[in-house]
Amino acid sequence: MITTENLTKRFGRVQAVRAVGLDVREGDRYGLLGPNGSGKSTLVRMLLGLVYATSGSITVLGESIPRHVGRVLPEIGALIEEPAAYPHLSGRANLRLLDAAGPHGSRRSRRRRVDDALEQVGLAGVDRRPVRAYSLGMRQRLGLAAALVRRPRLLILDEPTNGLDPRGIRDMRDLLTGLNAEGVTIFLSSHLLPEVSALCTRIGVLDTGALVLQDQLAALQQPTGRVLVSTDDPERAVAALDGLVERRDGADLVVRSPDPAQLNARLVAAGVPVRSLLEQRRTLEDIVLEVTGAGADQFGVPGPGNGDGSSDGGGDTDGASSRGDP
Amino acid sequence: MITVELFKLVRRPRTWLSIAMICALPLVVAIFIAVTHLEPPPGSGSAFLSAVINQGQLYPAAALALVLPVFLPVAVAVVAGDSIAGEATSGTLRYLLARPVGRTRLLVAKLVSVSAFTALAVVAVTVTSYATGVLILGPSRAAAVGAVPGGVSGSITSAGGSPTAGLQAGAAITSLSGAPLTYLELVERVLGAMAFITVSMLGVAAIAIFLSTISDSPLGAALGTLAVLVASEVLVTLNAASAVQPYLPTRYWLAWIDFFRQPIFWRDIQHGFAIQAVYVVVFLGAAWANFATKDITT
Repeated sequence: MITTENLTKRFGRVQAVRAVGLDVREGDRYGLLGPNGSGKSTLVRMLLGLVYATSGSITVLGESIPRHVGRVLPEIGALIEEPAAYPHLSGRANLRLLDAAGPHGSRRSRRRRVDDALEQVGLAGVDRRPVRAYSLGMRQRLGLAAALVRRPRLLILDEPTNGLDPRGIRDMRDLLTGLNAEGVTIFLSSHLLPEVSALCTRIGVLDTGALVLQDQLAALQQPTGRVLVSTDDPERAVAALDGLVERRDGADLVVRSPDPAQLNARLVAAGVPVRSLLEQRRTLEDIVLEVTGAGADQFGVPGPGNGDGSSDGGGDTDGASSRGDP
Repeated sequence: MITVELFKLVRRPRTWLSIAMICALPLVVAIFIAVTHLEPPPGSGSAFLSAVINQGQLYPAAALALVLPVFLPVAVAVVAGDSIAGEATSGTLRYLLARPVGRTRLLVAKLVSVSAFTALAVVAVTVTSYATGVLILGPSRAAAVGAVPGGVSGSITSAGGSPTAGLQAGAAITSLSGAPLTYLELVERVLGAMAFITVSMLGVAAIAIFLSTISDSPLGAALGTLAVLVASEVLVTLNAASAVQPYLPTRYWLAWIDFFRQPIFWRDIQHGFAIQAVYVVVFLGAAWANFATKDITT
């Protein structure tokens, strides 16, 4: 759906994007990660023909960008950094106006499509109010509605959850997952790891303009060969496992073992009451920090104490071992 | 896209506010004159004012002369200066272009929208000032008719009327040259003047749109345009600059007055149209060259 080769953008002496080779496939939920200022927005703007590349090539939906941008854009819904709207017009009027601008916004289906988009993002009740009176979250929803009005095949979303409250983030995630199930390919950029981890199937990591990693998330999150064991009798467990315990934190043990089932059998045989047993995988945070060398503070990583376990998806252990790394 | 731009223009409160302000100036002037009965002496003050003071129906011409030098160009410069830079500042530009709206198409739509604004303002001034003229200054005072001596062509001072009563109100209206105009002729000539003034503002609009593609500040684009116009006005009156005067954007702004001569004095009117066409082509071309290859980073 999106392919770039050696894509480079220079602003004067600053190299914002360096030889990036994106590969977004049909049906992906692709998350482009990178700290603030890593070139995500510039890259997104180049995909949409707003910023011209210094060198390299871009192909979106099989067409070359920016040459055939007019053919491609009608099939793309985009949210480019903050949403923008005409403040004195209502949300509905804004959508109608944007749909009327440019080709392919069929007038006959406009009302239906606008209604649907407002419904999808949960703005149906307030669509007649002027955008001036909208909250930040409502503007963000309106921006997403504007991206959906044309019923695109591909969504390109730059920081889509900006300004949304937890409920809004969840709504957004459900909406995007649902659209993806209907066949819409999703490409989003974010500096929020939990968001990407919960939503995306494939990730790319941008660091100071260069794409340092790109792969399926599942493949990246291989088991680490460690299992997190929680038990009421840690003493007995340590004794039974004899040297395999890497770390102990109260009733929780980090155990070196390639096979959780085998480990479980061994513990049960030794009479250890196992409360829970979890195969440890690398978290997205580990993966990203390993390849970028960026400090965790540059990402929107939840700090200790407010870790949002639910948004970390099923794959993460959220274990103590994943934090506190240098 | 043109429809969209016109819709945006019509739905924008600023459009109507600025037009209301432009229309208010002639109204205020008319009220002062009606209250004090002090007429500016012929040849001083704004063009037409002394000439039409006794002919309420001709007040639209005086009103246009009042708003033309400052109010109208300022309003046009503000609206046109906002055209691209305003969308860039508010962030809506990137969404329009990603829709996609072609960049060339957007520029043309903006020029059409600014022209529509100008035409709207000119029509509004004409209509309100006609009503003002008839209601406040009154057609009954129309008296300075064909009897006025002088009628030196090429001078707008010639039509200062002495209130010699004689003809019936509204029966005839004097041209600047002293010859009477029929009502139909008056309407034709007012329409001609309106068209000419609207076209005169196209050059302003093109300059402002060009600056609007360069700057991301709507205010900067508007002020830059005004600076150009002020400079042009200064040079127009400077004898030493006579070599460049025929090419200045404001040089023929007042040529519409020639519509009110008998017969119409076409030469400057034609020059005025031509020079505006040149400005539109040059500056819209420059705007296009700049905008078509510009990185949209706002």
